[in-house]
Amino acid sequence: MAPTLELYTRKIGHPEWEEPFVVNMGPQHPSTHGVLRLYLELDGETVVRCDPRIGYLHRGLEKLSENMTYTQAMVLTDRLDYISSAANNTGYCLAVEKLLGLEVPRRARLLRTIVCEMARISSHLLWLATHALDIGAMTVFLYCFRDREWLLDIYEKICGARLTVSYPRIGGVRLDFTPEIIDELYQFTEEFPTRITDYETLIDVNRIWLRRTKGIAVVPPEKALNMGLTGPSLRGSGVPYDVRKFRPYDAYDEVEFEVPVGKNGDTYDRYRVRMEEMRQANRIIRQCLDKLAQTEGEPVVAEGAPDLLMPEKKKAPRAVPHPKKGFMVKGEEVPVVPEGEVYVSIEAPKGELGYYIVSDGSGKPWRVRVRAPSFVHISAIPEMVKGHMVADIIAVIGTLDVVLGECDR
Amino acid sequence: MGVEKDTVEIAPGVRQIPDTPAFITPLDKLINWARTGSLWPMTFGLACCAIEMMATGASHHDLDRFGIIFRASPRQADVLIVAGTVTKKMAPVVRRVYDQMPEPRYVIAMGSCACSGGVFRTYSTVQGCDEFLPVDVYIPGCPPRPEALMYGLMKLQEKIRREAGHWGFWR
Repeated sequence: MAPTLELYTRKIGHPEWEEPFVVNMGPQHPSTHGVLRLYLELDGETVVRCDPRIGYLHRGLEKLSENMTYTQAMVLTDRLDYISSAANNTGYCLAVEKLLGLEVPRRARLLRTIVCEMARISSHLLWLATHALDIGAMTVFLYCFRDREWLLDIYEKICGARLTVSYPRIGGVRLDFTPEIIDELYQFTEEFPTRITDYETLIDVNRIWLRRTKGIAVVPPEKALNMGLTGPSLRGSGVPYDVRKFRPYDAYDEVEFEVPVGKNGDTYDRYRVRMEEMRQANRIIRQCLDKLAQTEGEPVVAEGAPDLLMPEKKKAPRAVPHPKKGFMVKGEEVPVVPEGEVYVSIEAPKGELGYYIVSDGSGKPWRVRVRAPSFVHISAIPEMVKGHMVADIIAVIGTLDVVLGECDR
Repeated sequence: MGVEKDTVEIAPGVRQIPDTPAFITPLDKLINWARTGSLWPMTFGLACCAIEMMATGASHHDLDRFGIIFRASPRQADVLIVAGTVTKKMAPVVRRVYDQMPEPRYVIAMGSCACSGGVFRTYSTVQGCDEFLPVDVYIPGCPPRPEALMYGLMKLQEKIRREAGHWGFWR
C-alpha cells in the first residue's frame, strides 16, 4: 500500500517519471471513416504522438483475385474504394487492356470518363457530408446526400447497381447509355453548379467552419511530396499534379478542364480544391455528353475483348489449319493473356490509384497489387496532427479523405 | 362482472373501459409497442454497407420517421447493425461493442459479408457475423439497397411485437 502511494505521488511534478496519457481512438469511432484506429499519446489535449493501426478491414482482396479470372476479379475492385467504384473499375480495366494491347472504342472511352467523373462528384459529396458532420455541421450532410442520391439513381439507370457498379469492362463498357440517361445527365449538369453554390453559402461564411479548418494541418508543398500525398490533398498544397493531365487516359485528352490548386496547404484549401474539382467534373461530364452525340451508334466494346467466361487454364491451344487435310487441328499453345507485368495509375477521387498486375499467361492474374492513395494518406496522419488538439485529428482524417476498404484491401 | 363484458376491444388485444380514458392490455404488448417505436441503432460502419446505411439515415430515405435515430455510443443503442465485412481482427471489437449494449438488444446482419462472408472467402474474413453474435435479421445484398435495410428494420419490429417475456420475467 505505502510503496504504491509513494510511487504515485512521486510521479506528480516530475516530467521524466510521468507516463504519457494514452488514448485509443477507434476502431469503433463514428469519425474515423470506417475502422481506422489511432493510438494517441497526449499532453493535456495536445497530440504528442500518433500511431495509426490499420488492418481492421483486411479482406485479402489481392490474394483473392489471384484465384479468379481477370473478368471475375473486376468485381472485387468495386469493394476497394466503395464510394467511387467506377473509378476503381476503370483503373483495373486500363491495366488489363494494356496487358492485352486492346484499343478501346471512342464511345466507350467517353462513357467511362462520364462515370468516372460521376464517381468523383459522388465521392466528394460524401466527403463534404462526413467532413462537415464530423466538424459539427449537420445540415450539409443532409443536403449532400440529397444530390448524391440523384447521382446514384442515374447509376442505377445506367447499370442496375447503386454503389458497386462494375459498369466498365475489359475492352470498353457493358452497356450503352439510353437517351433517357443522357437527358437526365444533362439536367443534372445543368443544376449541379447551383447546388455547389448552395453548399458554399452554407459553410463558407460559417465562423465555426473557418476556425476549424483555416490553419489546421498545414502541409508545405515539399513536405506533401515527401509524404507521398496525391490527389486533392497534394493539390491543396499548391502542387498541380494530376494524372489526368500528366498521363491522360480514356477521353481526358479530348476535354478541357482546369486543375485547381490551393495556396496555404491547410484544411480549408483542400476543401476549396475539392469544391472546385466538383465544378470541373461537372464541366467534363457536360463536354463528354456533347461528344457522345458524334459517336452515336458506335460499338462500346473493343474487338477481341475477353469474354465474361474467359478460360482459366494456363495456356489455351491455338487451332491451326492442317496443310493437307484442310481442317483445323490442335496446334501450339498460346497464352490467354500475354505474359508480362504492367502498371497503370489513374486519378481516383482520393488520389493516384495504381494497379500493378503480373501475368503468367493464364486467365488468372499471378499477382495484383493496388497502390491505394488512402494507404499513403494514413501514413501522413502522424506528421499532420503533431502539435494539434485532439479535435483537430477529426478534421485531419476528414481532409485526407481516407477509405479503409482501399487502405487495408 | 367480466373483462369481456364490461370493456370494448378497440385494437387487437387492447380493451377500453367505456366512457373512460382507461385501457386494459397485456404488459408484454405495451412494452413491445414501446420498444418498436424507438429502435435506436448503433452508428457502426465497417465497410461498403455503411455507406448505404448512412444513405438510409440521410435526407432521401430518412429513417427518423420510424423513430430510428443513430446513436454513437453502444450504451444508448438497441440495435447493432453489422454493416460490412467482419474480419478476424475486427470480430473481437464488434463482440465488445455488442457486449457493451444494454438489454434488450438486437443484431441485424446487413449485407452478404455479414450474413455469410460473401465473396470474401479468404484467410482474414469471418464467414458471417452469426459465428459470434446472435443475429435477429439477415439482409442479403451487396450492398443491400436502403429500402432493403428499412424492410429489415420493419421485420425486426414485427419480431419484437411477438416477444413475450424474452428479456426476463415480470409476471
